[in-house]
Amino acid sequence: MAAQGIGTRGVAPTGTRGLVLRGLAKEYTPGKPVLRGIDLAFPEQGITAIIGPSGTGKSTLIRCINRLVEPTSGEILLHGEDLAKLRGRALRLARRRIGMVFQEYNLVERLTVMENVLSGRLGYVPLWRAWLRKYPQEDIARAFELLDAVGLPEQATRRADALSGGQRQRVGIARALMQRPELLLADEPTSSLDPKTAVEVMELLTRLTEAAGVPVIVNIHNVDLAKRFAQRIIGMSEGAVVFDGPPEALQPHHLQQIYGGEDWI
Amino acid sequence: MSGAAGTAGPMAPLIREWHRFTPAERIGRWLVWLAIVASVVWAVRTVEIIPEFLEDAPEQMADLLVRMWPPDLAHYYPDVHAALVETLHIATLGTLFSFLLAVPLALLAARNICRIRPLNAFAQLMLVSSRSVNSLVWALIFVAVFGPGAAAGVFAIAFRSVGFVGKLLAEALEETNRGPVEALTAAGAPWGHIMLKGVWPQVQPAFWGIALFRWDINVRESAVLGLVGAGGIGVVLDDAINFFQWERVATVLLAILAVVIVAEIVVTRIRSRLI
Repeated sequence: MAAQGIGTRGVAPTGTRGLVLRGLAKEYTPGKPVLRGIDLAFPEQGITAIIGPSGTGKSTLIRCINRLVEPTSGEILLHGEDLAKLRGRALRLARRRIGMVFQEYNLVERLTVMENVLSGRLGYVPLWRAWLRKYPQEDIARAFELLDAVGLPEQATRRADALSGGQRQRVGIARALMQRPELLLADEPTSSLDPKTAVEVMELLTRLTEAAGVPVIVNIHNVDLAKRFAQRIIGMSEGAVVFDGPPEALQPHHLQQIYGGEDWI
Repeated sequence: MSGAAGTAGPMAPLIREWHRFTPAERIGRWLVWLAIVASVVWAVRTVEIIPEFLEDAPEQMADLLVRMWPPDLAHYYPDVHAALVETLHIATLGTLFSFLLAVPLALLAARNICRIRPLNAFAQLMLVSSRSVNSLVWALIFVAVFGPGAAAGVFAIAFRSVGFVGKLLAEALEETNRGPVEALTAAGAPWGHIMLKGVWPQVQPAFWGIALFRWDINVRESAVLGLVGAGGIGVVLDDAINFFQWERVATVLLAILAVVIVAEIVVTRIRSRLI
């Protein structure tokens, strides 16, 4: 297995930094595009929120980036390397550099909080170490740090299924940051949470990713949360980008264009 | 107008009727019952019970019980005891061996783990064929291969259990939540790591439950394998029956009963701790 302890962040391949999407398209059934040739460039820091109605391809877009969903065509350039062309081990190594937070947390319920956080390192740790739970001391130290940072210092030995929704999402964030990612994807991270917890989780996500200098792309239903936490908002409708700009520029007529109708605004 | 409650009189036409089943469904349900009764009648006619034998069955039964009493407990040690221990060994080894075969087949059969359809079908075929042959028949086959003895018993138990264990394991695998697997995939974990940390924790309770349940069944099954020469306590039972030593038969049956009860208690205890 790969040598431990060396962060991957310092690796600087030639070409553009950050994430660039070129002509990204996805059709689950031929002839019915969910994404219609998305062209976007993401900065190397800050939070970008993607808003749009359900079924408009937000989730597909974010899952295409780490190839949980196979794009039909287009390029996904991370620091100049096209992720859409990677296969097998190379794809796996690329995924290690991209953290992900999910709507349903996707923790392993029957494992402890600590093991869930450490599982963020599974791309780096040899199988025997994972099996015997002999994670490198460095990883364990970092996991404890992250548990402190997400506000769950006393919960390391509790089972994930004993936690509340907000606590689970905190563990999810800790697990993603455990990867020392160069990019963090968040797919509706607050949709299963109550409004207060949702704000707390977004605050946490903002604070920790800012401190680590990790750019975030977040899918979000709640327009107010998007405006409050993101430096940039991308509005999608029917598989295409219809708004792209800072939160201040998002006007009611944009929302009307994104979501349709006007009575709700 | 429509707000009025329909009870009787001029409102009668407004009473809305409700039936759980449509007429067609009612006829269908009646036909199903008819089919069940008909098949029972047919089955009873096929069995051809001989009235004379049926008549003196209670008498014969009583006679047998009298001959069995008192059980020849002095006979228990060492013959029956050794055979009993051998039976437990056959059951345990057979169960272990069946898991070696069943785990890979279950992984191949689970559609969410192995995405190659022909392999799913192949694994399923193997599991079904294992189950379609009774363990006594497996024992006959392995007695022919290995000769009489415990080895044939172990293989018979293992090959019969593969289908059972593999099917239940594959079902447990298919019921796992995709979420954690997706999360670990996104973290760049290799396949083995995903299986170990994403799938195994989810199927673990089912796995141990199946293992204990099958061991429990195998203790009982291996008790009869001796009837066809595949070792274990069945050999002693067969001999005793052949020599009409009914007191010994009683001892063997009591020993089997005791083991089955102990196995049941042990398995229930362990399982309640696991879940």
